[in-house]
Amino acid sequence: MELINNVRIAGGQVHVRGEALFSLAEKDFRSFGRSLYKYLGISYAKFYKMSALSQLGFLASEILLKDHESSGLDPGEVSLVFANSSSSLHSDVIYQESLENKPSPALFVYTLPNIVIGEICIRNGFRGEGVFFIQENFDKEFIFDHAEELISSGRSTLCLAGWLEMDMEGDYLADLSLLI
Amino acid sequence: MGWDTRENLDSVLQGRGGIAICNDRSLSPEDLPVALLDWDELGKRFLGICGKENPKHYTRFEKAGILSVYEALKNSSADPADPECTLILSTTKGNVELLDHPDGFDKGRLHLWKSAQVIADFFGIKNTPVVVSNACVSGVAAMLIGRQMISSGPCKYAIVLGVDLLSRFIVSGFQSFLSLSKQACRPFDSERDGLSLGEAAACVILSRLSGGVELLSGSNISGPSRTGEGLLLAIRSTLGGQEIPKLISAHGTATPYNDEMESIAINRAGLSEVPLNSLKGYFGHTLGAAGIVESIINLEAMKQGLFPATRGFSTLGVSRKINVSNETRTGNPDTLLKIASGFGGCNAAALFKLLPWS
Repeated sequence: MELINNVRIAGGQVHVRGEALFSLAEKDFRSFGRSLYKYLGISYAKFYKMSALSQLGFLASEILLKDHESSGLDPGEVSLVFANSSSSLHSDVIYQESLENKPSPALFVYTLPNIVIGEICIRNGFRGEGVFFIQENFDKEFIFDHAEELISSGRSTLCLAGWLEMDMEGDYLADLSLLI
Repeated sequence: MGWDTRENLDSVLQGRGGIAICNDRSLSPEDLPVALLDWDELGKRFLGICGKENPKHYTRFEKAGILSVYEALKNSSADPADPECTLILSTTKGNVELLDHPDGFDKGRLHLWKSAQVIADFFGIKNTPVVVSNACVSGVAAMLIGRQMISSGPCKYAIVLGVDLLSRFIVSGFQSFLSLSKQACRPFDSERDGLSLGEAAACVILSRLSGGVELLSGSNISGPSRTGEGLLLAIRSTLGGQEIPKLISAHGTATPYNDEMESIAINRAGLSEVPLNSLKGYFGHTLGAAGIVESIINLEAMKQGLFPATRGFSTLGVSRKINVSNETRTGNPDTLLKIASGFGGCNAAALFKLLPWS
């Protein structure tokens, strides 16, 4: 297994393979995420409907895959192995508050952590293995071992793996790697 | 439905469902058919096993999970204190009801890993628990993670626990999707109009040592599709193009969309003739517990040469042929394909085999 790319998004900064790509004094994810989306020159209207966790994963995956030649890649061979600490709690709190009025299906649909996996699959046409783990802290060895198992067993040739956290207070950290 | 495997299996084989009209307005603004756990009885049972521990230190979710693991351990040689024993928790929402009423617990208890740790600590399990949260395929996915952790070495015993409870949070969400039935759900039926929600805690113990059932293979595919493409890929990957399973335990939620999609995938996989059931008419849709509950009940029934009926089914209401029945079927089939699909386009399949002497 080989790590071919890594992206880290936290506190208003984006690093790719350790080098600064983008930063903003505005750390709040909603406005930071939108600025990053525009900076990347993406046109994908659904982005604006996504939860913060899904937006974070979406942006990280876009950066991760940007330089990767994915044409000719079997979409069934791309796997996603993610983990975080707060599951979808950031969205859960927003949905719970919406119950005072009328429950919103558009909010409820994002109250599962694995929805971000679905969003990335839809965007890229991926149809490989996908799993979301919940851990107190990023257990990189566990996540990478799982990715390695998928790759070495031949079930996957490319794996997006790592940490995707959006906590209840809106603090965020994406640390995703592209593995082959 | 029951407090152990035998009681649950008896209920199923006698055709008794756990779904009843609930008029608890803290759960739903209107009467709703749901399968709830008996919380008075559950509290008593928890008191009976918690020893010196203060039951007030455990949430409803954790109590249900602990009782299930306790029951599973009674029938197993697994030692939870073994350094190679790990708890794998499958859940979609854990303690989410604490958002509505904290009951004296701090916000940290909302974290799924925290609940898993509380349950693991109760049994003295030394390894950090693993939590899988993949919507409604979590239970099948968790068993496959357990299988992998055993085959790749770090784990001798994997205690795989699936738990989900109902709360205003979950019920209101499914209501907002208009996906709940007004009656007990009717999987694959022409009159089906939605799912029924249920509460459950279920536990299987996977072991490196040979047991009564082997988990042969499985797959967990992400890829949203209306034509069942993801589920078909999960089935094909699990079967490896060789084995035709003798029985299928379907997801069969009884929503118009799920059952239709499932029938397409089963048809495309060439499994139209394989006897199939859905157990949602008994237990309701138990979310993160569903894959584990349904695997256990079907495998235990198979040990008696039985395959449970699909409660609520009467007339086929999907466009592709599937072999579903509202009667218990008999025979000695030894392989079971468990399938599940969930929000976010996740699909999972697992192939089990009964070993001859079980």
